[in-house]
Amino acid sequence: MIREGYGQTGKVKPRKFVIRRRFLLGVMLFGMMALAGRAVFLQIIDTQFLQRQGDMRHVGVVSVSAYRGKILDRNNEPLAISTPVESVWVNPQHFNKTEQSRFKQAAKLLKVPNKKLRFLLRAKTDTRFSYLKRRINPALAEKIKAMQLSGVYFEREFKRYYPAGAVSAHVVGFTDIDDVGQEGIERGYEQSLKGISGKKRVIRDGHRRVIKDIENIQIPVSGQDLVLSVDQKIQYLAFKALKAGFIEHKALSASLVVLDAKNGEVLAAVNQPAFNPNTRKGMKANSIRNRAMLDVFEPGSTVKPFVIAAALDGGYADEDIQIETHGFYRVGRNLVKDTRNYGTLDLMHILKKSSNVGISKVALMMPREYFWNSYNQLGFGVAANVGFPGEASGTLLDFQRWHDFEHATLSYGYGVSTSVLQLARAYTALADDGVLHSVSLLKRDEDDDAKRVFSADVAIKVRGMLEHVIERDGTAYKARVDGYRVAGKTGTVKKATAGGYADDRYLAVFVGLAPASNPRFVIAVMVDEPSAGEYYGGTVAAPIFAKVMAGALRVYGVAPDKEETMPVLLTGAE
Amino acid sequence: MQKETRSEQFHSPSVIGFLLRKLHIDIPLFIGIVLACALSFLILYSAGGQETALLIRQATRIGVAFILMIILAHINPRQFYRHSAVLYGFGVMLLIAVLIFGMIGKGAQRWLDFGFFRFQPSEMIKITTPMMIAWFLASDTLPPRPKQLFYATLLIAVPTVLIAKQPDLGTSLLVASSGAAVIFFAGLSWRFMAAITVVLAGFTPVLWHFMRDYQKARVLTFLNPEADPMGKGYHIIQSKIAIGSGGVHGKGWLGSTQSNLDFLPESSTDFIFAVFAEEFGLSGCLGLLILYLLIISRCLYIAVQAQDTYSRLLAGSLTFTFFVYVFVNIGMVIGILPVVGVPLPLISYGGTSMVTLLAGFGILMSIHTHRKLLPT
Repeated sequence: MIREGYGQTGKVKPRKFVIRRRFLLGVMLFGMMALAGRAVFLQIIDTQFLQRQGDMRHVGVVSVSAYRGKILDRNNEPLAISTPVESVWVNPQHFNKTEQSRFKQAAKLLKVPNKKLRFLLRAKTDTRFSYLKRRINPALAEKIKAMQLSGVYFEREFKRYYPAGAVSAHVVGFTDIDDVGQEGIERGYEQSLKGISGKKRVIRDGHRRVIKDIENIQIPVSGQDLVLSVDQKIQYLAFKALKAGFIEHKALSASLVVLDAKNGEVLAAVNQPAFNPNTRKGMKANSIRNRAMLDVFEPGSTVKPFVIAAALDGGYADEDIQIETHGFYRVGRNLVKDTRNYGTLDLMHILKKSSNVGISKVALMMPREYFWNSYNQLGFGVAANVGFPGEASGTLLDFQRWHDFEHATLSYGYGVSTSVLQLARAYTALADDGVLHSVSLLKRDEDDDAKRVFSADVAIKVRGMLEHVIERDGTAYKARVDGYRVAGKTGTVKKATAGGYADDRYLAVFVGLAPASNPRFVIAVMVDEPSAGEYYGGTVAAPIFAKVMAGALRVYGVAPDKEETMPVLLTGAE
Repeated sequence: MQKETRSEQFHSPSVIGFLLRKLHIDIPLFIGIVLACALSFLILYSAGGQETALLIRQATRIGVAFILMIILAHINPRQFYRHSAVLYGFGVMLLIAVLIFGMIGKGAQRWLDFGFFRFQPSEMIKITTPMMIAWFLASDTLPPRPKQLFYATLLIAVPTVLIAKQPDLGTSLLVASSGAAVIFFAGLSWRFMAAITVVLAGFTPVLWHFMRDYQKARVLTFLNPEADPMGKGYHIIQSKIAIGSGGVHGKGWLGSTQSNLDFLPESSTDFIFAVFAEEFGLSGCLGLLILYLLIISRCLYIAVQAQDTYSRLLAGSLTFTFFVYVFVNIGMVIGILPVVGVPLPLISYGGTSMVTLLAGFGILMSIHTHRKLLPT
């Protein structure tokens, strides 16, 4: 039953076993000594080096991003603000099983994909960190916080938010994920907006996540707020009107600029196509472009008033001059043509009928240098310097290379290129009684760079002529605004293409100002390639102008200056 | 003779001693184990991110292991002796089953899944192999003859190879050493051992050839961890930093940065010693080593006191295995041995090794408390 081996009793311990036991004990002691020796080496001799190594791994300096400055409109309405947003992250190790259904509820609120949810809820997960959702709005974050789920944590981040959305997107621009300006004002004023980021010493964990702050080394300085000259209300009016026109006329693009006639501030600058700066989704290079400031085009007939003004100012022509047009005019080997023969015209009628022949004849009365200089003074070929990145300057050919034909074509807006903003700026000279204003995207009290380019008398005369353009038999009857005297000029420009000027692609342009008695706003509209039938500046651009101008005058409560629509007021005053 | 011994127990003057004897618990060993487990909770709380859930899980496992230990302590060593061969055979069969049906766990086939719990046969074989060898050698005269040695080696080789195939190099080496320890205690001639050592040393290049790539990589990493500090050398470098930055007095409980900040991988399992060393410093390390040494000494004392060859060989082997556990784990963490997946006995988080260890202690207690006390 009991086998032999087990029966051997240990009454007398075998000598051999004693030796072996001692040997083994010796081996074990030696082993333990080896471990202890190594511990002594690491923890006494090497300890400083290893401690430093440890500190290097878990103590770090990180920069604290400064609050980016706000961008506000002239009435302090926010256009771009940095909002602290919450990012939700989870540590599945800390999940509480009894809360699972509530956790799923929270995940649903956050729109977490099912696949990710399943991954996080696996029984055997060794994940300790995973974003559930980044950059959620504060209200949602509060809701999730209120659920008090274990294993769900929050992290503060900043998100740039553009309350105005697409309306002011082109002017304001946008920032990238690192809060660095990429376009528009955000980019142009990056330095003052971004502030100075601070530094702090932190403890990091093995996944490079910051666990705890130890000390502030440098406190971050918030960026400066920027108050723009734009008025969000006008911006909105302009955006809406331009978008409607853009769609109605199936245009390629369209731009509109509203300037304060008295000090050159940009009250609105909008473009189509536009984009929503709050999302990267569907953002196309084509729609990001702030065309009003970046793209140049030949202004066509819209420059004609300046030719008249220059001629009057320089005494090369007077108001009553009669010019025969015949419908065409030979300049050297070239022909300047009108759409039909307007007969004999005075200066006012040259503008009203937009006669190329007439204006060419006026232009040729002036010496080249004088003529060139008058354009140059109005800012053609010179950037508007509004601080917008990549701003266009346009071109104005040197007069020494002109022939008479160039001289003539320049008078009806070919051979010179301008942005919508530059064109609007040039009109401030007519609006503010001969004083050309510098333009600004920042709010300012006074224009320190204003300069007189015509005498007040000339500017008022030309403005008066431009009022006739808006009459029933003028080219821009559709630019009229009830109750106000409007002055303006149309332009229907053939697009320059590779092989010369196209006969079927046009730019419809209109630049105008109101109230003509004491102008408050200058508005320039340019619609590129209207292709729904209409293409004249008077039929495509002028109605857009009228809508925006009417809105702006109403918003600013400008007193009407047109007698026939205010008989009641007049009788009341008597 | 047996009757007399029994009656002697009743005449024991101490009631407590009597009760303990009835419970078959060896007090010094028991105290040592409880102390180690208490330390384990302390360190696990810190290393496991201060989660009580983890502690509760571990406490459950320890509870199960303690029950198993006490049950085994109540079984007469004679029963172990009798069933050694059967248990061994059963264990080997399970190992084969693992190789065939085993599910993939961590890239190696080590588990048998019974649905409600998973069983690791290699853990069981850690105990049944020395039992088998002890039974085999004790049933004949000692010291063993060459023929017996040959068979004993074969009996060790079977589970060793099976486990190495899983592949689980750490456990297979532990099993081999537990068997070899029995042969050593049985009285293998010194000359023969010297010869074996020389031959094995000569065969190292051959062994190298048979090692798997990741095993080779571990050895290379051990020799030069800085070669790949963010990859293969990461564990050992982080662990050395943890231990070294502990200094003499340590950073205090819960004060470890390496582990609490997740720099140290496997901080609650295989690398828990590094956490301990960082928080309690050199003094703590030496204290822990002394505690282990005390447990080992008591086990060795039990082996010496054993009254029959089988018990003595088995006790000696279990003691040695425990030492190897401690030495290999700490040696690995501290950087004097290559990385092998061996937990720190009684301290590391994990159920399987805890059960095996306490089962071994149960057998030791059984051997000690079932002695026939002779009248002095």
